Amino acid sequence: MKAFTQLTGLVGPMDRANVDTDLIIPKQFLKSIQRSGFGPNAFDELRYLDKGEPGQDNANRPINPEFPLNFPRYQGASILLTRENFGCGSSREHAPWALEEYGFRCIIAPSFADIFYNNCFKNGMLPLVLPEAVVSQLFAELYATEGYSLTVDLNAQQVITPSGERFAFEVDAFRKHCLLHGLDDIGLTLQDAELIRGYEQRRKVEAPWLFPN
Amino acid sequence: MAGKTLYDKLWDAHVVSQRDDGSALIYIDRHIVHEVTSPQAFEGLRLAGRKPWRLDSILATPDHNVPTTANERASGVAGIEDPISRIQVQTLDANCDELGILEFKINDQRQGIVHVVGPESGACLPGMTIVCGDSHTSTNGALGALSIGIGTSEVEHVMATQCLVAKKMRNMLVRVDGQLAPGVTPKDVVLAIIGEIGTAGGTGYAIEFGGEVFRSMSMEGRLTVCNMAIEAGARAGMVAVDEVTIEYVKGRPFAPKAEHWQQAVANWRQLYSDTDAVFDRVVVLDGSAIEPQVSWGNSPEMVLPVGGRVPDPAAEVDPVKKAGIERALEYMGLQAGQAITDIKVDRVFIGSCTNSRIEDIRAAAAVVKGKTKAPSVKEAIVVPGSGLVKQQAEAEGLHQIFLAAGIEWREPGCSMCLAMNADRLEPGEHCASTSNRNFEGRQGYGGRTHLVSPAMAAAAAIAGHFVDVREF
Repeated sequence: MKAFTQLTGLVGPMDRANVDTDLIIPKQFLKSIQRSGFGPNAFDELRYLDKGEPGQDNANRPINPEFPLNFPRYQGASILLTRENFGCGSSREHAPWALEEYGFRCIIAPSFADIFYNNCFKNGMLPLVLPEAVVSQLFAELYATEGYSLTVDLNAQQVITPSGERFAFEVDAFRKHCLLHGLDDIGLTLQDAELIRGYEQRRKVEAPWLFPN
Repeated sequence: MAGKTLYDKLWDAHVVSQRDDGSALIYIDRHIVHEVTSPQAFEGLRLAGRKPWRLDSILATPDHNVPTTANERASGVAGIEDPISRIQVQTLDANCDELGILEFKINDQRQGIVHVVGPESGACLPGMTIVCGDSHTSTNGALGALSIGIGTSEVEHVMATQCLVAKKMRNMLVRVDGQLAPGVTPKDVVLAIIGEIGTAGGTGYAIEFGGEVFRSMSMEGRLTVCNMAIEAGARAGMVAVDEVTIEYVKGRPFAPKAEHWQQAVANWRQLYSDTDAVFDRVVVLDGSAIEPQVSWGNSPEMVLPVGGRVPDPAAEVDPVKKAGIERALEYMGLQAGQAITDIKVDRVFIGSCTNSRIEDIRAAAAVVKGKTKAPSVKEAIVVPGSGLVKQQAEAEGLHQIFLAAGIEWREPGCSMCLAMNADRLEPGEHCASTSNRNFEGRQGYGGRTHLVSPAMAAAAAIAGHFVDVREF
């Protein structure tokens, strides 16, 4: 996994609440058995004017000029600014895969849906919660300033605006540790293999019906 | 010391190790796998040279991509017309065959939607921790289990380690008192709950559904309610074990047998929240006041009683919410103030992990019996949740009722709930759907979903528009 330490990047807006995973990556693209290739279809139904299908040449599709992330000023954005309950809906990890491949390493919102939030950390991405009023302030600054960028310092747990204003954010210690070091958590868990085996031995006595074989 | 909630008990019984940073290693008893969220996990294991920790904990079945017409289904996997869907189902078969994982394959009688198959087969049991790479895994919590949806990285993690790294959620009790009025179903109850607490109301919580309404609800009804806990933002929904639970589990193929059964039942009878347990949040609804529900917008919280009228964004003060209502009205092609019963229906879908069990099919058939589909409804389909549900319905002659009414009777799968197979809406079409999500494009590009109960969907198929099933 890619490590995430500090990121300074252009901010792109997704100015609506309850952005669901179907909107982030529509279901027809979930038929892929690969882990990559979803980036060109992130926000497919908003981003293009036609209906997307897997295997299409996305470069030749009609772009929706009214979709903000298509505006020239937001090209190359690596931080997505959005509203409450981002990523609600399905457990599809294709959603963070698509956003990451699009170029987003950090998503800032007042709240996230639980499964999506969790999935981001597995992919070197930081979903970052700031209070609603702060998010509204950042939206105002973003709309007012072309080339608006933010710095996200994971170690210090701070978001720094171009004017030098700093906003602290919370993140789980374990998730932070894994992100900062790009750690594969399967490897970490397997360090506890003896504990897992010990638990199984206890459970086989307490609840043998769970181990019929 | 305060007592424990049901969730506390389930959590405590599965902690392998508690870490200083607040996270814990939680042991997983059952892992259900389908074709969409597993291929990258199997590939990850292969690349890292890892093997599944405990093969007998895994049960697989293809559901999202499988076709539901008898024709396309006849020749099994090879007959799936969409080559990308076919490859995904073949990949699941190949992975399961290679590793020796039990799979109910496409035309196995036991195949079906993961969240129907799990409880039906007895693979999902009270007291278990259950995961699946699918958000509607919350369904199994109805058995008195801790059952959560996970992403593909976690699918790989559970396969490799039998554990999840998790942080304990907070406890929420949703209590629905009293008794439901005739014509009001578990689906209406859960839609009313989501309408009340919102789609983020349960974020960060495990929800226990308690109160008289759930105590007197069938297991299939409880499965419907817990299925949609995720639509309220909660990864886990659950109902305490009682006689209904034990009677439901008894005799199922994977249920404990002989002396294990007695031991298991004694253990399961402890799976309830202690009277002095403390919940972080309690929400109380009056069950007798719940009416049949119809969703009008693109979020499950955008839901109203069938007698209601589509809201007016002008009346909303919060600018983000107001913009949400305006966008939903535009996408759904509805007018502010329009009566729900004036919404015409182009297609009807009865199925999905929410509402495709035998009681759902019976409820729909009871409404349809002796009537015919409105000519204005282009298509109405009933998609049973599993091969066994289909078999049971046919044994009861229910399929004949639908066929006589001009309603199609299909093969089991997820179907039009998320339209990964050929079953889908065309742009602009309104669908009375017994599924769980009304997101933009969910049932097909440009499609307009209205979430309802099986009885309400059936009534809409007959009338051609939404009607109050209590007056039907």
